[in-house]
Amino acid sequence: MSTAISFEGVSKTFEVKGRRVDALRDVQLEVERGTVFGLVGYSGAGKSTLLRTVNALERPTAGRVVVDGAVVSELQGAALSRARQRIGMIFQQFNLLQSRNVYRNVAYPLALAGVPKAEIVDRVEELLEFVGLTDKALSYPAQLSGGQKQRVGIARALATRPDILLSDEATSALDPQTTGEVLDLLRRANAEYGVTILLVTHEMDVIREIADRVAVMQDGQVVETGSVYDVFSAPLAATTQRFVSSVLHHVPGADALERIKRVHHGRLVQIHVENRESNDPFLSRIARRHDVDFNVVYGGVSELQSRLFGTLTVELLGDDLDVEAAIRDIREATGVSELTHA
Amino acid sequence: MRDLDLEALLPKIWAGLAQTLQMVTVSFLLAAVLGVLLGIVLYATRKGNILENRVVFGVLNAVINVVRPIPFIILIVAISPLTRVVVGTSIGTEAAIFPLTIVAAISIARIAETNLVAVDPGTIEAGAAMGARPLRVLLTIVIPESLGPLVLGLTYILVALVDATAVAGVVGGGGLGNLALTYGWQRFDFFVMATVIVLLIVLVQVLQLLGNLVARKVMHAR
Repeated sequence: MSTAISFEGVSKTFEVKGRRVDALRDVQLEVERGTVFGLVGYSGAGKSTLLRTVNALERPTAGRVVVDGAVVSELQGAALSRARQRIGMIFQQFNLLQSRNVYRNVAYPLALAGVPKAEIVDRVEELLEFVGLTDKALSYPAQLSGGQKQRVGIARALATRPDILLSDEATSALDPQTTGEVLDLLRRANAEYGVTILLVTHEMDVIREIADRVAVMQDGQVVETGSVYDVFSAPLAATTQRFVSSVLHHVPGADALERIKRVHHGRLVQIHVENRESNDPFLSRIARRHDVDFNVVYGGVSELQSRLFGTLTVELLGDDLDVEAAIRDIREATGVSELTHA
Repeated sequence: MRDLDLEALLPKIWAGLAQTLQMVTVSFLLAAVLGVLLGIVLYATRKGNILENRVVFGVLNAVINVVRPIPFIILIVAISPLTRVVVGTSIGTEAAIFPLTIVAAISIARIAETNLVAVDPGTIEAGAAMGARPLRVLLTIVIPESLGPLVLGLTYILVALVDATAVAGVVGGGGLGNLALTYGWQRFDFFVMATVIVLLIVLVQVLQLLGNLVARKVMHAR
């Protein structure tokens, strides 16, 4: 697969009241063509700034951004204009033109690209059908709900058949139901038109729903990147762990662990659960063999990209040596980590 | 006590109404074109905008700030030499239109500028992201987006012009206001004054209604 967007040592420094603010620090990242790539982080992490360098709404102070072989971060004038027509963008506040109806909002980028009038009519019709708003063509943005506005935003962003779609917190102003509908639409755009989607969000749920790969940002840096499955099932950075635990509750938090330890005095281990090839009932088999009892005290299993993953927190009860041997055996079957008693 | 009967009065009222309407419409139309253009220049020459120019912006801004606080009645007299040069005379309805146009244009320039500045920066950014160059953004996004509130501002000026025409009576501008002043105020004819006041109220109501209607048409709010 080829690279759609590559960030090469991108840094951005702002001057705020004489104070230097590093919004981006030496970001190195590649987004493959046709994927849905998520940028996640707390507010102020620099994810929106990074996204906006892709269509040069922000210019890096060091490094460069290459989109489809062109150094977008250095383009000017007409060349930049043409490059931007190949990059659609949707926004948290939709940013529709209030003085134009839905039809004319979607037609705007087409007129800009010099598409003949007759073609514009057909294309807008096709786009409105794609986003399910054919009956709203003559409505004005003020007459639409938030979800409908964002669907117009998507139709407008896809109008010129761009290679890349940038999504800046596009679902953050929407309720969960509407968020789901908008994400479905983005997924369809990715599947049917093959558009590469780079999306910024602070909601881990959005990443889990739609992204193939994810980069976690903090203080202007990418602290972790990988496939959504890998990042969710084995988060490495502390920030990533916090984000993952905000949507997945597989592992007890500090308070829950405290309560568990008050009741359960045996050895506590965390057993990884994942897709298995055989139906070997390894837990009870090992328990019988070493004459130990086990007690599930916490746990959760999720499905992501059609793969299972999860963690069970188990208390093992029995003779010290037997428990030790049991843990050894479990380790052969799957991943285990120990929760030491404080 | 009344030295004027209804039969003699009616033609005067009609003439006054006609003069008022003439002064209001002509000065309003001229001022709207001039004022909106000035407002666009003010907006475009602002720091960070497409035609950024400190000199042009500074001079325009200063002129507006100097003229606006001058009471209209003083302004009429103060610029009467200029009026004579432009219109050919400084007395009469046509002569009154010149100062009316100046004040209205200057107020409209400020209103237009304010509305242009108030356009949601998000829509401007969306335009840039779609590949629209700055001039295109100004013409196809910023100006159309500011039109709704601008119409309300223009309506406000239109109503203020009706008010100002009364003062224009000072230079023999005529009109309803002049009628009320000369017959109602100077000759204590309450009937004339009341008639004129009712007419003015109706006129202002109609104009405001018209403005609201147009504004709703261009704003497309629910």
